Formats: sequence, structure tokens, C-alpha cells
Amino acid sequence: MIEHETLPEDQPGPRSLTDLFLTFTWLAVQGFGGVMAVAHRELVERKRWLSQAAFVEEWAVAQIMPGPNVMNLSLVIGGRRFGWRGALAAMAGMLALPLLLVLLLAVAYGRFGGHPAVARALRGMGAVAAGLIMAAGLRLSGGLKGHPLGALACGALAVAAFGGVALLHWPMPFVLLGLGGVACLATYARLDP
Amino acid sequence: MTAAPGAFPLHGWDWLQLFGHFLLLSLLSVGGALTTAPEMHRYLVLQQRWLSETQFSSSITLAQAAPGPNILFVALLGWNLGMNSGGPLLALAGVVLSLTGILLPSTIVTHLASQWGHRNRHLRAVRAFKQGMAPVVIGLMLATGWILARTAHDAGPAWPLWLLTAATALLVWRTRVHVLWLLAAGALLGILGVV
Repeated sequence: MIEHETLPEDQPGPRSLTDLFLTFTWLAVQGFGGVMAVAHRELVERKRWLSQAAFVEEWAVAQIMPGPNVMNLSLVIGGRRFGWRGALAAMAGMLALPLLLVLLLAVAYGRFGGHPAVARALRGMGAVAAGLIMAAGLRLSGGLKGHPLGALACGALAVAAFGGVALLHWPMPFVLLGLGGVACLATYARLDP
Repeated sequence: MTAAPGAFPLHGWDWLQLFGHFLLLSLLSVGGALTTAPEMHRYLVLQQRWLSETQFSSSITLAQAAPGPNILFVALLGWNLGMNSGGPLLALAGVVLSLTGILLPSTIVTHLASQWGHRNRHLRAVRAFKQGMAPVVIGLMLATGWILARTAHDAGPAWPLWLLTAATALLVWRTRVHVLWLLAAGALLGILGVV
């Protein structure tokens, strides 16, 4: 975990700009209620473009930088091999088809949105979408094996971040900077120079 | 969605103001697409009255229900702003303007930072940053799921929805069942009134 590269040359990665565009289109159109859960499954488990640990690290970058985090993730991964053009290809893949779909949905909603069955279906799908994101978090915890801080401290940090945002309603940027800052300093102290 | 009663149309300079506001919000949007939603609500609905309350909340719900990144709710806000101001052509312009505004600055900053981080990935500080953030990020991901689950609970008893959320999380974590089946099941349970 300490000395790995994000996308080593011998690991499968995006082959071309078209490959990037299509891969991100495919994972975006599967991503109901958010793309994060699907991104993890497609990029780590199916395509193996990233290891578990690398995914968590890139995700951290995507979270801490301004901008929607799945868009950031796509531009980071696209930009790694192909620079600017790769970043744009990945982002375009993420946006183009879903944008078309959501606009069609908006027009349809204008016509049928008043129907109570539609509202109830959305409620059920919303609950499932929430579960998908939690599952992605649970799966990613596998990437913490071998973390320099050890399992106990990692667990405590994750629980504190969860509690702060979910239960105490602290603003997410503060939690990222506060807890994240402490975690980074502690990790820095544990790493070899 | 059609023009909402009580919402003001946008004229010339208003669009530029809107674009500027989104450019600024883009740089402040740390922690995900939905973190800027409260500020957009304050600006678009309460201050400028360009959107109705219903248009705003349905934009978020629809973007959540549709496939793709949640940031598409901004595209729907732009769509509604254009519909309120004239019609489908302006609505498309509103989509392009809003999405560009909310994405352009953050994309440039993130791209430059990530390229720099990758070139310097062997620095101890860069490694410490990426690895140190990991447990916090995982906690935040669980929190996002929790918050999304809560927003679905506006009406009706909550525990069947929690059960559905928990069952989904366990199934996806432990098995390889496809996401679309689960979403279809969620929609069906919703229509049947089980959740």
C-alpha cells in the first residue's frame, strides 16, 4: 500500500479516449441515486483500473477538492493517462447521456409527476440508492488493510466522521479539514520519509 | 415542468449574474454536489425568486432518481430557469450556462492539483494526505448514505424504508446482485405501498 502507483503500467487502464468516454458513460447510466457505488464496482472490481486502496486515495482527492466528487473522480482518472483530453473525455462520458435522460425525465415528470404512484416509486428507489452508497463505503473499508494508522484508529476516525456529519450535522468541509487534517498528520508521522 | 406561477423571468444581465454566482459556488463546493444546494436554494428561490419552491425540490428529487451524477440537479435548475423565462430554447441555454458555471472552476482547480499530486506522489506529504484521508472519506460515504436515507423519509412510517436501505447495503456489500434489480424492487415496493 505504501509504495504502489495509482495506475502502474502493468495494470489494466483506459486504452483510449473513446474507451474512457464509453466506460464512464456506462457507469453513469447505471448510477441511480448517485454514481459512487457503481464507480467502485466498475473501476475496481470489473475493469481493475484501480486497486481498492488506490480508489480510496483518489476518492479522497476527489472529496477534498471543490466540485462534485464523482465528476472529480472521473477527471482524475481520465487525466492520469491522457492529461487534459482524458479528463474532458471522462467528464463528457459522465454527463452527456445522463443529461439527456434527466431532461427527458423532467419533461415526463411535468406530465405525470402528479400521480401518487410515481412519488411512492421514487421513495422506494431513494431508500435503495441510500443503501447503495453505504455498501460502497463498507466495501471500501477493505482498502484500509495495512493502513499505517492501524485498524483501530482507522475505525475510530471513520465512526467520528460518520457521527459528525450524519448525527451532529457538522458541515462536511469542516469534518474533512478537521478530522482529515488530524488523520493526515498522524499518518505522516508513521510513514517512512 | 412548465413556468411556475409567482416566479420571475430572467432578463439579460440576470443570466450573467446567475453564471457568476455558479462560478463562485463551484469553488466553494467541497464535499459533493449537494453541499451547495442550500445556498442555491437561498439565492434562486428566496432572494431572486427565479424558481418556485416546488421547482427547486423536484429538480433535486428527479436528479437523484435518474441515472448519472447528482450534479445534474443543477442542469434541471437551469432548465426550469429557462422555462420560467421564455421556453425550451432558453431552457437549453439555461442548462448549458448552469452546468458550465458550476463545473468549470472546480474542474480546472482539481485537474491541476491532481496532476501535481501525481507527479509528486512519492513525497511523504502527498502519501500521508492520500492515506490519512481514507478512513475519514469512508466515514463520510456512510454518512452520505445516511443523509440520503433520511431525506426519503418525509412521509409515512420510517422503519420499512430503513429496513430497505439496510437490506440493500448488506446485499450489495456481501453479494453480487445487480443494482438495477434492487432499484426495480425499491420502486415496486414503493408503488405497492410496502415502504
